[in-house]
Amino acid sequence: MVSFIGRSVVQKTVTLFFVSVLSFLIIHLAPGEPSQVDPLNPKFTPEMVERFRKAFHLDEPLHAQYLYFYRNLLSGDLASWKDNRPVLAKIWERFLNSLPLFIVGTLITWTLSFPVGIRSAIRRGGIYDRSSTFLAYLLISIPGFFFAYILIILVVTRFHVPVIGMETFGMADATLPRMLMDRVWHLLLPSILGATGGIAILSRYVRSQMLEVEGQDYVRTARAKGLPEEQVHYRHALRNALLPFVTMFGLILPGLIGGSVIIESIFSWPGMGRMAYEAILARDYPVILTVNFLSAVLVLAGTFISDLLYMVVDPRIRL
Amino acid sequence: MTEPHKPTLTPSADALEQAPSAPRQGRVQEAWERLSENRLALVGLAVFVVFFVVAVAGLLLTSGTEPVLDPAQIRLQEKLRPPMSSPLAEALTPEEAPDLGIFLMGTDDLGRDVFARMLQGAWVSLTVGFVAVGISVLIGIFMGGVAGYFGDRSLRRDQVAAAILFLIGGGLLASGLTGAGWVLMGAGLFYLVLMAPWLGRRFLTKRRHPTGASGLLLGRALSMDTLIMRFVDIMLCFPSFFLILTVVALLPASIYNIMIVIGLTSWMGAARFVRAEFLSLREQDFVTAARALGVSDWRIIFRHMIPNAVAPVLVSATIGIATAILTEAGLSFLGFGVPPPHATWGNILSDGKRFIFDAPWLTFIPGTAILIVVLSFNLFGEGLRDALNPKLRER
Repeated sequence: MVSFIGRSVVQKTVTLFFVSVLSFLIIHLAPGEPSQVDPLNPKFTPEMVERFRKAFHLDEPLHAQYLYFYRNLLSGDLASWKDNRPVLAKIWERFLNSLPLFIVGTLITWTLSFPVGIRSAIRRGGIYDRSSTFLAYLLISIPGFFFAYILIILVVTRFHVPVIGMETFGMADATLPRMLMDRVWHLLLPSILGATGGIAILSRYVRSQMLEVEGQDYVRTARAKGLPEEQVHYRHALRNALLPFVTMFGLILPGLIGGSVIIESIFSWPGMGRMAYEAILARDYPVILTVNFLSAVLVLAGTFISDLLYMVVDPRIRL
Repeated sequence: MTEPHKPTLTPSADALEQAPSAPRQGRVQEAWERLSENRLALVGLAVFVVFFVVAVAGLLLTSGTEPVLDPAQIRLQEKLRPPMSSPLAEALTPEEAPDLGIFLMGTDDLGRDVFARMLQGAWVSLTVGFVAVGISVLIGIFMGGVAGYFGDRSLRRDQVAAAILFLIGGGLLASGLTGAGWVLMGAGLFYLVLMAPWLGRRFLTKRRHPTGASGLLLGRALSMDTLIMRFVDIMLCFPSFFLILTVVALLPASIYNIMIVIGLTSWMGAARFVRAEFLSLREQDFVTAARALGVSDWRIIFRHMIPNAVAPVLVSATIGIATAILTEAGLSFLGFGVPPPHATWGNILSDGKRFIFDAPWLTFIPGTAILIVVLSFNLFGEGLRDALNPKLRER
């Protein structure tokens, strides 16, 4: 166990180092420079550009820039090129906005996928199974932005509630329940959209896990000794089918950062995805690189946690 | 007078029956039979064929200086006409009139014919899907193949050292320190020239412990499998859509950049599949037999192993096309990629989003088209997986 932890920490640190080098190279070797973003602006004199380049170490060689960048990132005083605010504070603020979307979306995904997947595994080949399979393909295939507009048209014309943004403008003097309902309506659509792909994939996965366990010998034994179907499904099969999903708690970690660029853009949701999109448009390299770095950290931490959880819940696994 | 029984060279009838015979059907035929039982997959295949024809027709009809259907013809007096409406004839000059007599799918906010624009966009979706997936499958097969077939061979320590010299030298050159950069590059080059006679023959070593003092220098440093699989791990750390968005935004707007970037960021799945297949195929008898006959490594890989490993790649490629089409649509929805006025399904929808309540067809026509095409690829891919891998279907 200890040797596994030690080995994977070393391995993941090396991976992270290469990710940081690679993302730095991708950004900096691409054509164009941030100091050339707005060449037509009369205030952007050559002296300004020169001062700008000096202030952000852009006149230094690439490896020095790399060292400067990650030193600043790790010591926490990395500043955005656009508004000179600390990047980590900026990301934290946007992260708090994206967090409700992530939580509600994950809850919807997990509470819907399991019943659907289990039911279609039990009624395998029936109408329910086939229609939920088709629906899952439909949800995977629908472009998020198209689905978003369908839902917007539906909600706005049927229920007459505004859904764009985080809250309706001018709700400051509204009563508390009204304000809460407003927030819920605004939260609902982006969360559902964030959850659609997850529901489709997870419910298919639950179904295939369940079917695999249902084919095992001990399930047949349980059935042969005359246990009621309910007990076979839920006490014998389901418990073992759930095992791999414990590890998925680690794998949803990367979803924390990132957020969906497209959905947050459509709903004008001031979250992480939208911030990253704005940073890309403004060539705000510190923000882009930090988001990239953090999400790589979360991916690596997520796989690490899921490996550990697997070892804890399943004593047969020895990594 | 009876003749003594002579052994004949032609086998008797019952011996023929016992002799091993080839399976009556080829594998392709067998897979096709299983596929044709799956109605959804067949529908997917049919939609795919229709989409292919439409895209090619769209390219022929809408390109050139005098296109049959002009997707860029602006008619401001005809803007936002609903589908199936006939033009206001007195307001149009003859060359502005739609060639079909009616606006089959309506017009957008500049009065451009949505039908012509959809045809133009179909070709973009088709080529992005196929070229991007083609790139990623080629990289994936190469990486996975090398990792699977040559996985137990290693780079020698001296080779790793030379590679590091080159990398650091190149890095220093790129960052402006030309002096030190050239020195390192030169050292690497000198080493390469020194070792040139040995490079071709024994590039990858299999020996565990080279004897003598050269062991320190020529020992195993890094197995090919480790090298490639760690690289896959690194690539998987990047958030894919965000990475694609960043690179596409930094590069000049062009459809080819999108194809290349999507291809370069999505080969990891194919590489893993091919590696897994190769690891198991490598141990099988027909590969051992081929090797015993003295067949060269590359011939074994291309003639014997890749045809047997192609099934999972084919499935992941089909689903990959669906994903690539979705990614391209998302990018052009955000305004990246193909520069206007060229139409893509994503940017028709993106232009139409300001009019979702007044002109919903501008949202629904491209959205439904993307949905149907992507759905058909997904259904066909899943059907293919079941057909090529009957064991999976038991689940």
